Amino acid sequence: MSGHGTSLRRYALTRLALVLPMVFILLTMVFLLMRVAPGDPISASLGGRVPPAVVKQIRHQLGFDKPLYTQYWNYLWDTIRGNFGTTITDRLPITEIIRVNGAATLELTIAAMFVAITVGVIVGLVCGRYRDTPIDATGRLYGIVIYAVPPFFLGLLAQLIFGVWLGWLPVSDRASPIVQATLQTHTNLFLIDTLIDRQWYAFWDCVKHLILPATTLGLVISGIFVRLIRVNVIRTLRDDYVEAARARGIDEHTVVFSHAFRNALVPVITIVGLQMALLLGGAILTETTFNWPGIGKELVNYLQNRDYAAVQGIIIVFALVVVAVSVVIDFVNALIDPRIRY
Amino acid sequence: MAQVAVPRATRPRRLLPGVRRAVEPIREARGFAKAMLWAGAGITGFFILIAIIAPLISPYGFDQYQADGKRFPQLAPPSHEHLWGTTVQSVDVMSRVIYGTQTELKVVILSLAFSLLIGVPVGLISGYFGGPLDRALVLIMDALFAFPYLLLAIVIAFLLSSTVGSSVVVAAIAITVVYIPQYFRVVRNHVVSVREESYVEAARAIGAKPFTIMRKYVFFNVVQNVPVIATLNAADAVGTLAALGFLGYGIQPSEGAEWGYDIQRAVSDTASGIWWTGLFPGFALVLLVTGLTLLGEGLNETINPVLRRRKIVKFELGSTEGEAEAGAISEAD
Repeated sequence: MSGHGTSLRRYALTRLALVLPMVFILLTMVFLLMRVAPGDPISASLGGRVPPAVVKQIRHQLGFDKPLYTQYWNYLWDTIRGNFGTTITDRLPITEIIRVNGAATLELTIAAMFVAITVGVIVGLVCGRYRDTPIDATGRLYGIVIYAVPPFFLGLLAQLIFGVWLGWLPVSDRASPIVQATLQTHTNLFLIDTLIDRQWYAFWDCVKHLILPATTLGLVISGIFVRLIRVNVIRTLRDDYVEAARARGIDEHTVVFSHAFRNALVPVITIVGLQMALLLGGAILTETTFNWPGIGKELVNYLQNRDYAAVQGIIIVFALVVVAVSVVIDFVNALIDPRIRY
Repeated sequence: MAQVAVPRATRPRRLLPGVRRAVEPIREARGFAKAMLWAGAGITGFFILIAIIAPLISPYGFDQYQADGKRFPQLAPPSHEHLWGTTVQSVDVMSRVIYGTQTELKVVILSLAFSLLIGVPVGLISGYFGGPLDRALVLIMDALFAFPYLLLAIVIAFLLSSTVGSSVVVAAIAITVVYIPQYFRVVRNHVVSVREESYVEAARAIGAKPFTIMRKYVFFNVVQNVPVIATLNAADAVGTLAALGFLGYGIQPSEGAEWGYDIQRAVSDTASGIWWTGLFPGFALVLLVTGLTLLGEGLNETINPVLRRRKIVKFELGSTEGEAEAGAISEAD
C-alpha cells in the first residue's frame, strides 16, 4: 500500500471523477425538463405584452430558434464556463442573482445550520445519554413533531408571537429600509458588511432581522440532528472502548462526556451534508414566508412570471451546490477517517 | 409467552403465513415503539375518519361564502356561527380545515399508488436483469435523489401547471416523481442481493421464467421494507403538498380546500394580528404529518430487526425474568 498522502489524493480524484457523470445527468435532466416541455417559454414569460417581432428577436438572441441539439450543446458549454444564462423578464444574468441573492441565502442557511446543530446536538446527546427515560421520550417526540412542522407554518407562528403580539422582532426583509439604503455592500453578507464598516447599529438591525427566519429554518432541520445524534450516542455507549473505560473505574460522567460524546459527534459533518437538499428546500419556503431576498424567493418570483430561463439557471445552481457539498463532505470524511478509501 | 404457544397450535396452519409473520412483531412491540405505533395509528385513523365523514360534520362547504343569501362576515373572529372564524373571502375556516383532510389524503394516496406502481416494478426488473439498463437507471435515479426534493416537485408542478393545469392528479404526479427513486433504490438493491440466493438459483434450475421468479420468489422477499417507507413517505408527501400549495402550485382553491394554500393566504393576515386563518390549518397539518411519522417510525422500530427492542433485558443477579422473556420470543420466531 502506498503512503497515506497518495491514497487520499487518489480518493479525492476518483470522487471528483465520479461527480462528472452525475453533473452531466443533472444538466441533461434540467434541459429536458425545461426545453422539451410543451409550450413556448418566450411567449409564456412575456405574455401578450410584446409584439411578435420582438418575441422573435428575443428568441433569436437566446438561441431558441436553433435546432434542439445545438441548443443542448450551447447550454452545456455555457454552463461549464460558468454562464448560467440570462433571465427573460428582466434580462439579468443568473450569475448576478447568485452574487446578490445567493449571499442572502448563504447568510440565512449558515445561521440556520448553527441553530440546528446547537439544538440538535444538545437534545440528541441528552436523549442518547438517558435512553428510554421520560427525558428521552420527550426529546424524541420533539424531534418528530418539529420535523412535521413545515417551515412556513413555524414561520407564521414566530411572526405572530414575536413579531405581532410581543413586537420584539421584525418579520420581513434583511434590514430596515434606512439601514439597507445606507449600507455599503462588500460581500453582500450584511452581517459581515456592517462589521467591516463598524456600523454597530446596522449590525444589530441585521441580526434582529435574521433571528426569526434562521431560528425557523434551523429548528425544522434540528429534528434530524436529534434523531441521528441520539442513535450515535446509544451506539457509542455500547462500544468496547466505553466499556473498557468504565471497567477501568473512570466515573460515568467522564466516560460519557470525554469518551462517548466526542465520538458520537464525528458523523455530524455527514449529517450536515445530507441535509443540504432539505436545507435548500426549507430555505425556499422560509425566504418566501419572511420575504427574505434570497435565491429561493427569487426562484418563486421567476416561477410566477413563468421565466423559464431564470428558473433553469437557478435550478442548475441549486443542483450544483448540492453536488459540490456532497463532494466536500466526502472529502472531509476521508480526511478524518483513514478507512474511507476506494 | 407460553400462553401464545397454545392457541397457535389450534390455529389453522398455513393460513396466510406471510400476514402472520408481518403482524407478529406489531403485537410484540414494547415501550416507545408501541406508543408511537398506536398514537400514530390513532391520529391517522382519526384523519381518515374525518375525511370520510367530512360532508356530514362540516358546518359549510369548503368554498361557501354565504348562506340564505346572506354573505358571511370577512375575517370574523371565532364565534358561534363560525367556530374557527372566517377568512378574507368570508369562507368558514373550520369547513376548509375539515375538507382539507380529504384533499391531503386523496393526493397522498394517489401519489403513493403512482410511485409504488412505478418504483417497485422498475426496481425489480432493473435489479434482476442488471446490465447497462440497470446502470443507466441507477445513475438517473441517483441524480433525481440528489436533487432537492421540494425543488423537483415545484419544477414538475410548474411545468405541468402551464400545460395541463393544476388539480389533485397533477399535484400527485409532482410528488410521485420525488418518491420513485426511493422505492427504486430500496427494491433494486434488495433484489440484487436476493438474486444470488440459492432458492432463486434453484427456481432458475428447474426452468422457471424470469418473470415467474420475480413474481413468486423475489417479490415477497423484497417488499417487506416497502410499507415502512410508504408510511414515512406519506408523511413527507403531506408536507410536500402543503409546500406546493403554499407556493401556489397545489390545488386550485375552487377545486378543493388545501391547508398549505390557506396558510399562504394567512401569512398576510398575521401582520394585523389575525391568528385563526393560519393557526387551524397549520395545526391540522402538523398533527397529520406527526401521526403518519409516528406510525412509520413505530412500524420501522417494530419490523426492522436492527432497531427492534422487545423488552429491556437487565443483567441483574437474581432476576432472570427478562432473559427468559427474550428467549421465549426469539424461540417463537
